[in-house]
Amino acid sequence: MIIQEFTKGIFKRNPVFVLLLGLCPTLAVSTSVENAIGMGAAATFVLVFSNILVSLIKNIIPKKIRIPCFIVVIATFVTMVELFLEAYLPDLNESLGLYVPLIVVNCIILGRAEAFASRNPVMLSLADGLGMGVGFSLALLLLGSIREILGSNALFGYELIPGFRPAMIMILPPGAFLTIGFLLGLFALIRSRRVEREEKMMNAEIALPEGAKE
Amino acid sequence: MIGELFIIFIGVVLVNNFVLVRFLGLCPYIGVSKDLKSAVGMGIAVIFVMTMASAVTWLIYYYFLAPGPHNVWFALFGDGVDPSAFDFTYLRTITFILIIAALVQLVEMVIIKTSPALYHALGIYLPLITTNCAVLGVAVLNIDIFFKGGEAVSWSLLKSLTQGFGAGVGFTLALILMASIRERLELADIPPALKGAPIAFLVGALMSMAFLGFTGLI
Repeated sequence: MIIQEFTKGIFKRNPVFVLLLGLCPTLAVSTSVENAIGMGAAATFVLVFSNILVSLIKNIIPKKIRIPCFIVVIATFVTMVELFLEAYLPDLNESLGLYVPLIVVNCIILGRAEAFASRNPVMLSLADGLGMGVGFSLALLLLGSIREILGSNALFGYELIPGFRPAMIMILPPGAFLTIGFLLGLFALIRSRRVEREEKMMNAEIALPEGAKE
Repeated sequence: MIGELFIIFIGVVLVNNFVLVRFLGLCPYIGVSKDLKSAVGMGIAVIFVMTMASAVTWLIYYYFLAPGPHNVWFALFGDGVDPSAFDFTYLRTITFILIIAALVQLVEMVIIKTSPALYHALGIYLPLITTNCAVLGVAVLNIDIFFKGGEAVSWSLLKSLTQGFGAGVGFTLALILMASIRERLELADIPPALKGAPIAFLVGALMSMAFLGFTGLI
């Protein structure tokens, strides 16, 4: 049960590629793998702890003001992340910049607090938050590595093919739109192929008994 | 002075367009851009809220959070204490998001009372704006740019207002352009796998590339 809640966020209901949530930070900070990991970790931290806290206080919060309460909880953890980054990882803080405080309005986090944590016990909410966070981080990582490889011919800042001139456009804003557009198209293609195959198998199963009658 | 404000305005509308260059407000950009009419409604609501939010967050930051003689807490309780002790800037994120949420609610209530026609046009877009990251984005950006080392630069409030208004205009421009293109895309023959969101992002890529051409304008 707990494992199921964890894995659903990674593939079947991946927040970025399936639910199309949290796109702003995904596109903005995926210029390199390093930034992608930093943002992924920060968002996962906030997701897990806000899910835990919301799940713990879900019975105390009055129904009518629950959304502002959730926002305060989320903003508290975001402030913690902000202060931590400022103190210990100033370089990462510099390159993530504006997008660290904007974790507050990341629709994934408020969405999980409202749709899952406010209705489920603590352990399940923890698993859900962790799964969604890992799913978000993996999406960021995929986007970040594609853009860094194509855009600056490097991974984690190390040059890959010496002398190769990369396509700068991939680390500029249009590259982010291009990458996510083609990735979403690719996933849609895979999904439609799978549906087609399943339909064919269903048809074959239906056809078989009729053939057996003859 | 006017020239400076004009440069800020052009900069935030064309060069650093919030949607196409800074990736803020992508959810409505993809979600509400299916027809032109709702794009215009959403755009006007965003311009309005962003301008208001810029002014209000700036005032709250200047008088309640930033350290200095203008800090209200310092004026009330600061007898014989160094003004720098009254530094509440770490509360910025949490304060701003609450202010914006309250502001959107307030705007909604005022519009219901004063102009039912306007509410009819904007009403459904207003609640969506609270979670629009462009609004919090512009508030944080104003503070980052127009407070150098904790002190307000000259004409800081007016510059923030200009940037907020410009950001809204830039968002609306991108949204309307996108909606017009998508109305045509409905009739275009595109591969089935790219229908919907993927093609919207690819169009966004081309538009973003076009806006890159404005780099170096200022």
